[in-house]
Amino acid sequence: MLGIARCLVHRDLLLALRRKSDAGTALIFFVIVASLFPLGIGAEPDLLRAIGPGVIWVAALLSSMLSLARLFAADHADGTLEQMLLGGAPLGVVVAAKAAAHWLLSGLPLVLIAPVLAIQYGLSASLIGVLTLSLLIGTPVLSMIGAIGAALTLGLRGGGVLLSLLVLPLYIPVLVMGAGSVDMASAGLAPQGQLLLLAAMLVFSAAFAPWAIAAALRISIE
Amino acid sequence: MLKAIELTCERGGRALFRGLSFELAAGELLRIGGENGTGKTSLLRIVCGLLEPAAGEVRWRGEPIASLREDYSRELVYLGHAPAVKDELTPAENLEISCRLAGHARPGARIREALEGFGLAGREVPVKRLSQGQRRRAALARLLLSESIPLWLLDEPFSALDAAAARFTEDLIARHVARGGTAVYTTHQEVGITASRVIEL
Repeated sequence: MLGIARCLVHRDLLLALRRKSDAGTALIFFVIVASLFPLGIGAEPDLLRAIGPGVIWVAALLSSMLSLARLFAADHADGTLEQMLLGGAPLGVVVAAKAAAHWLLSGLPLVLIAPVLAIQYGLSASLIGVLTLSLLIGTPVLSMIGAIGAALTLGLRGGGVLLSLLVLPLYIPVLVMGAGSVDMASAGLAPQGQLLLLAAMLVFSAAFAPWAIAAALRISIE
Repeated sequence: MLKAIELTCERGGRALFRGLSFELAAGELLRIGGENGTGKTSLLRIVCGLLEPAAGEVRWRGEPIASLREDYSRELVYLGHAPAVKDELTPAENLEISCRLAGHARPGARIREALEGFGLAGREVPVKRLSQGQRRRAALARLLLSESIPLWLLDEPFSALDAAAARFTEDLIARHVARGGTAVYTTHQEVGITASRVIEL
């Protein structure tokens, strides 16, 4: 069962390697959006420091959204999704592997590049640490919640717009906690509360999202 | 082995078929015929469990497939209308991955044999550079690795194939049935194997 999940993650990474432009888009989008704000707002250090964490988090949400529409669509179009539904592992395991691959391709790169962007906003080293940690805990939640939306809107016309309408409101708690943790730290308070709540969301979505994604896929594939 | 009881299928508010029943023992071959849009693919998808019938149920070795789930899907090979091969991967990679995802034994060296059987040996290029027929062959090559899987469900297996590959596939199905396997295939054209049962939708 785990072998099947590993095989699927490996397959998705291999596909991304063969089709580099797709994987790069989300990352470049993230970098550009987060870099536009200092250009538009001006180089006022205090203002940039204040909005930095929020802007980076919003950019991460939007960039994670960007690649969601393709999460199941390509597999649906060429028939491999049907083979996954008829696979040797429970569908919950299969979709968890898909969500994990999505995070590795569109979440993890953001976490790694975020410290560089945070320097643009003049965040101190300790704040950069909190921001990176909050993204590390928060972005897998985005992938899993997003996968539910992607499964529900699979095969619908105008699914992309519907997907944003469906998923973005669900991202709000993650955004509030993620950006809030950095705000707490910059006010000199302990950010642990927000980070632990974020971690609780991660545990909760890791436990329940796969089954929701699987149920949504079974409905969409009919 | 496989039993369908009073299946009814509705698509888009229209009943495609009602009260369809059949039973297949080991070593039987079922051909589902009929014109376009009569529900051949839907019937096959119901039998493999991808589609819920509006009424009735499918049983495998006496158990409803809805309760068997992956225990059932490990015992079948379904080749659908879409070839289920990834454009960016080579035929060998596609074959390896589809066997592993299905939870079957790792094919290892037998992949080469299977590709040779379908005339794809040495074609180590991404599938997107292959023709439609070769893509179909890459999908069908899985059958050569699935000899121990008891149930084959094939949706239009002969479409886009040339005469030689079609004959090869017919032989493959005939051998599977002779071994005691069960197979169901849909087609709207005349083929060279005689099915022990025929359903015309």
